[in-house]
Amino acid sequence: MKHFLAAVGLVVSKDLAIEWRSREIVYTTVFFALSCVLVFAFGFVKENRQVEDAAAAILWIAMAFSGTLAIGRTFERERQNETLRALLASPIDRPALYLGKLVGVLVLLAAVQCLIVPLVGLMFGGRFMAHPAFVVALLALGSIGFAAVGTLFAAMLLRSRSRDVLLPIVLYPITVPVIIAGVRGTAALLQPEPDLVVARSWGAMLLCFDVVFITLALWTFDAVMSDGA
Amino acid sequence: MKKLFPAGVAICAVLFAYAPIAIGRAPYESTMGLVQKIFYFHVPSWFAMFLATFVCGIAGVVFLFTRRRAADAVAVAAAELAVLFGLLGLVTGPLWARKAWGVWWQWDARLVTALVLWLIFAAYLLLRKYGGPGSERLAAGVALFGMANVPFVYWSVHMWRTIHPLTSVVPTLPRPLAGPLWLSVAAFLLLFVLLLGMRSRLERLRQALDDAYLTLEEQS
Repeated sequence: MKHFLAAVGLVVSKDLAIEWRSREIVYTTVFFALSCVLVFAFGFVKENRQVEDAAAAILWIAMAFSGTLAIGRTFERERQNETLRALLASPIDRPALYLGKLVGVLVLLAAVQCLIVPLVGLMFGGRFMAHPAFVVALLALGSIGFAAVGTLFAAMLLRSRSRDVLLPIVLYPITVPVIIAGVRGTAALLQPEPDLVVARSWGAMLLCFDVVFITLALWTFDAVMSDGA
Repeated sequence: MKKLFPAGVAICAVLFAYAPIAIGRAPYESTMGLVQKIFYFHVPSWFAMFLATFVCGIAGVVFLFTRRRAADAVAVAAAELAVLFGLLGLVTGPLWARKAWGVWWQWDARLVTALVLWLIFAAYLLLRKYGGPGSERLAAGVALFGMANVPFVYWSVHMWRTIHPLTSVVPTLPRPLAGPLWLSVAAFLLLFVLLLGMRSRLERLRQALDDAYLTLEEQS
């Protein structure tokens, strides 16, 4: 177990060290998310007032779009330098490799959300500070579910030609429950009278989703990634 | 198996030939009238689609862990049939909904679940077509995740909203309506099994041909 966690830590620190030097993914993803928020404003704001629940919807759509971009870029980096083969050949468990990649992606997503959440709060009047712990919990659970599926499929798609377009095609239908739970749960929290019971039940669903899909991903990662990549 | 195939085709042909008569004879439903007849295509299509997704998911798992190519052939065949029968359901559903609910589409739990499931299997086919070498394993992963996703999609959309008549309506149907329905279901499921057998055999032949070409290239 100690060895396993050390391997996970090594993969995470490797990814973050590379990212820290260029900061390419964080910068590009943040600005992509900003552009998303701006584009949606044209659809959701009418006569200076936003449509009901717009803040929650825009936040989660920006999360899903920028998350896809970040996950795709993380693996593109491994492909460009032919380093995934080296990673797979290294004497660490495949599940440790998967978890390491997943944690790396989650750190990136968290960094992006630190900027996007306050921005959506300011521009669309989302009352995120009414129950900050709930908002953070929903975002964390949702990001984990989204990234758990995304990391597995991005790793698998690495060798295919049209990976850029195939990743969202596969990822969005499978993560529909995450998006619904995230948007509805956040919308329940942002109401003038926050509905904590509803938010909690969406959170419970996200937790079940995360557990099931991380387990499935750990179980299948070895099988789908063998024969080199 | 090969001997059973012509018999299956014959039974299926008889069922499909007799079904319009049975459906025509069935009484008109009191509120919806003629439009309710779509029911006899709509419900069997979804039965066949759900069976197909289940077969595809299981075959995908078997292929992923045993690397048996026969399982992969079954998975491809099932995925194509899931998309085909799903399309039938997605076309007949709005036609019925327009008359019954006054709108083409409702954001209801069953409708959204079916649409999402259909999208997942369409993604499966796109992946196989454009994914390049090694896409079989990837697609098997998608089939497994797609199957595991069904309860979550249903749960989440159900918590969001519900309008579609409950499927528990089916066992409580009056006899004159239920007879033609089960006949249609039997016809559709038999058609599904026959197409699945045919398509997976075609896929096996395609695999054998690929192998033959590879061997030839290695020898020359």
